[in-house]
Amino acid sequence: MYYLQFLLSNLGRKKARTILTVLSIMIAFLLFGLLRSLAAAFDQGAEIAGEDRLVSINKISLIQALPEAYLPKVQALEGVDRATSANWFGGYYQDPKNQFPQFPIVAEDYFEIYKEMITLPEAQMQAWKKNRIGVVIGKALVDRFKWKIGDRIPLMGMFPREGGSTTWEFVIEGIYEAKSKSADTSAMLMHYDYFDEARQYGKGDLGWLIIRVKDPKQAAQVAAAVDALFANSPAETKTSSEKDFAKSFAKQFGDIGLITTLILGAVFFTMLLVAGNTMAQSFRERIPELAILKTLGFSDQAVMIMVLAEAIVISLIGGLAGLFLAKFFISGAAESLAATLPGLNLSTTMMLFGVGLMFLFGLLTGIIPALQGLQLNIVAALRRR
Amino acid sequence: MTALATQSQAAGELLVQLKGISKAYKKGKEQVNVLSKLDLDIRRGDFLALMGPSGSGKTTLLNLLGGLDKPSAGELIIGGQRLDQMSSSQLTKWRARHVGFIFQFYNLMPVLTAEKNVELPLLLTNLSSKQRKHHVAAALELVGLSNRAKHYPSELSGGQEQRVAIARALVSDPDLLLCDEPTGDLDRATADEILSLLQTLNQRQQKTIIMVTHDPRAADHARHILHMDKGALVNDGRVTDTGH
Repeated sequence: MYYLQFLLSNLGRKKARTILTVLSIMIAFLLFGLLRSLAAAFDQGAEIAGEDRLVSINKISLIQALPEAYLPKVQALEGVDRATSANWFGGYYQDPKNQFPQFPIVAEDYFEIYKEMITLPEAQMQAWKKNRIGVVIGKALVDRFKWKIGDRIPLMGMFPREGGSTTWEFVIEGIYEAKSKSADTSAMLMHYDYFDEARQYGKGDLGWLIIRVKDPKQAAQVAAAVDALFANSPAETKTSSEKDFAKSFAKQFGDIGLITTLILGAVFFTMLLVAGNTMAQSFRERIPELAILKTLGFSDQAVMIMVLAEAIVISLIGGLAGLFLAKFFISGAAESLAATLPGLNLSTTMMLFGVGLMFLFGLLTGIIPALQGLQLNIVAALRRR
Repeated sequence: MTALATQSQAAGELLVQLKGISKAYKKGKEQVNVLSKLDLDIRRGDFLALMGPSGSGKTTLLNLLGGLDKPSAGELIIGGQRLDQMSSSQLTKWRARHVGFIFQFYNLMPVLTAEKNVELPLLLTNLSSKQRKHHVAAALELVGLSNRAKHYPSELSGGQEQRVAIARALVSDPDLLLCDEPTGDLDRATADEILSLLQTLNQRQQKTIIMVTHDPRAADHARHILHMDKGALVNDGRVTDTGH
């Protein structure tokens, strides 16, 4: 307790300098919290991807379709447990700003393949299957648009319907919920059959195939077998694990992880120099006092730890303030960005990583003064008085 | 050079023994001899004033006696322990247990109150917080500053600061009090108060005190005065008995 009081008293000695240092560290960790959360949200698809699922797309690009006939052929391959497909609908609700994912899928197959992640009550599933224009929506969409079962939802679609209209009307038949905390519930799922029948062109085209393998250890072989099956065809496939697929999908926006790492690297390097200089200055001013501590019988190591502890405490105060501020901002923004970045969240793991970073930051800014404290010669230091 | 034994009225056993102590520093390529072949015995309970011009080696000798520095040659024995053979960390532990320091500029921690300053040396002991507080209160009472315990150094006069420094030096009950110009920054009246306090500590608590001073009036408060010049004891180490 004494040491803590002593340490805090030392920090209060030059209040303006301490406050400015703490503020600059706070800004660095605020940026850390915001940018890492953003990068994590982009990577979230990869994080929640199942080990036993593969995704097969057209080798040219995700935009190019795959023929419907591929699905039964893939289903028949050895090692494949179940296969289904999904398409990109690309619609919006009332205003182009109201974008959210919509996928034409095969209801039972899709929910079976993602059974560990999302769930739909059986009665709602049955009702949905009976209604060709029925859709099910995730909990995040309910929260965002206050929709409920039975609502008729007009969407402006990317694909024109037979007759040329791009307005598609759907009826909400169910609300699916996440089974795992990280599952995305911001999508609308509709019947592929209805979509395919109603669209003006592209009939029989699938967006991508989702394949569940019998044994995750055989995933690489199954992926190779799928691609081999359609080699030299007009629509060659590129099959990868769902995790790799999610990563490459996120990279369409740019390598967010790399960009945030570079920005944070620059911020922390600058802050390291600023805070390191402040610590060194503070140390220089107190050389005679540290010499007195040694004179009284405090060991070299004890003096070194005191100096280091001060740097770490400054880093912790600024860093924790920055992280909690980031948490506050992200919590505020998460709802409005739920559709664009459904996984936006400053996770506990990231917070703990941040705390580790604070210790490292404190250690790096304090290490030079601390070593000087360790080596401080009492007689020479007292002579400076 | 003959060994000098200061003769205390208390005439206790030998506390400090210097045998052929030399201290040299390197200054660039040059070697500066600050102390040369000093022999000195100091008895427990003595109050010795070290006088001499600037650069005579007084503070260097005080630093050696306090275990802040090590001699280049010779034997330095305090309380039966060879300081010249101790490692740096052994000296640190030895200082915490056996020596109290009083400086010209008090050297208190400005961010700590008087009582917290006095408590500092006790952090190196196994005393509980309650026991430490008890010792601090006793030390502050001894120097007459119980009513200033919660004050910061900036709220105290020079004389009061020096009293806090004395309380800090005393609180762990050391064998030896080393004072480097303890009244050098004080006016005459306050200096006399501080010197009287040191005298009382010597006479009533039997504290062994070695004080470096330029001031003959300050030195008069000691039992014995020892003169130094150019790193050696003047007049073959003859002491002046002040009659205290």
